[in-house]
Amino acid sequence: MTCKEFLASLDDLIDGTLSAELRAELEAHLGQCSHCEVVYNTTRKTIEIYRSHEIYELPASLQERLHSAIMARCKKGC
Amino acid sequence: MATIQSIAGELEPHPDVALVERVRAGDLAAYDQLVRKYERQLFRISQHITQNREDAEDVMQDAFLKAYEKLDQFQGNSKFYTWLVRIAVNESLMRLRKRRTGKMVSIDEDIETDEGSVPRDLADWAPDPEQNYNQAELAEILRKTIQGLPQGFRVVFVLRDVEGLSTEETAETLGLSIPAVKSRLLRARLQLRERLSRYFHRGKGSRGKRHGETRSEK
Repeated sequence: MTCKEFLASLDDLIDGTLSAELRAELEAHLGQCSHCEVVYNTTRKTIEIYRSHEIYELPASLQERLHSAIMARCKKGC
Repeated sequence: MATIQSIAGELEPHPDVALVERVRAGDLAAYDQLVRKYERQLFRISQHITQNREDAEDVMQDAFLKAYEKLDQFQGNSKFYTWLVRIAVNESLMRLRKRRTGKMVSIDEDIETDEGSVPRDLADWAPDPEQNYNQAELAEILRKTIQGLPQGFRVVFVLRDVEGLSTEETAETLGLSIPAVKSRLLRARLQLRERLSRYFHRGKGSRGKRHGETRSEK
């Protein structure tokens, strides 16, 4: 397997949507290619970091204000 | 039959369905619950697209009001959340269009075609690299990095990886084909990874050299 072929299936490997057979082939490639191993590990980490960190936080006070405004307008029939 | 169906769980309705039914019957408190459940997500998505705090606030409000008005049009064959996200994405794009006065804005813009290129940056990351930064610094790095992505990649990444929509739901929400979503997701993930490598590679950020000239250990 070439690095380009590995890359074409990278998302499916990360998302766990692969056949056992293809998964084994990709894992075999990972075992012998440090480049792809780095790409695989750091791409997974990238997703994990964005998933676990709130970068656009809505402060509670603002949330309450917006929430009240929405509900007030819905009460009037929008 | 009933036993088989309950084992399969296929007919188990999503909890939102009952809330939507109550809203349709005039129960505003049920809508209040739906708004509370999804306001943070809608704010986040709008902020990612408009990249403007005030616009995101307006979009979030407008999206919930529009959803309330149009609730009769909600078919129930998609998830309520996905339907809501589609409204917020459209409202966000309209807001951008207004701000750029007349310039067409779509999720198709700024797309390069570098499909299949193998990442160049080989530098491995430090273990738990985010721990080298405090919360505010990390949030700034993550914001700056994702803002640098082309819009069409950013929206796909946010819906799929941050907000947890499936590939099919993302495609439906954005009016894209499934192969287009997959291709953009891969490129978005790889571009973010490469950009984050500047901050997270081994040796970076450790021993207080966050803004220094620390070089990677290749």
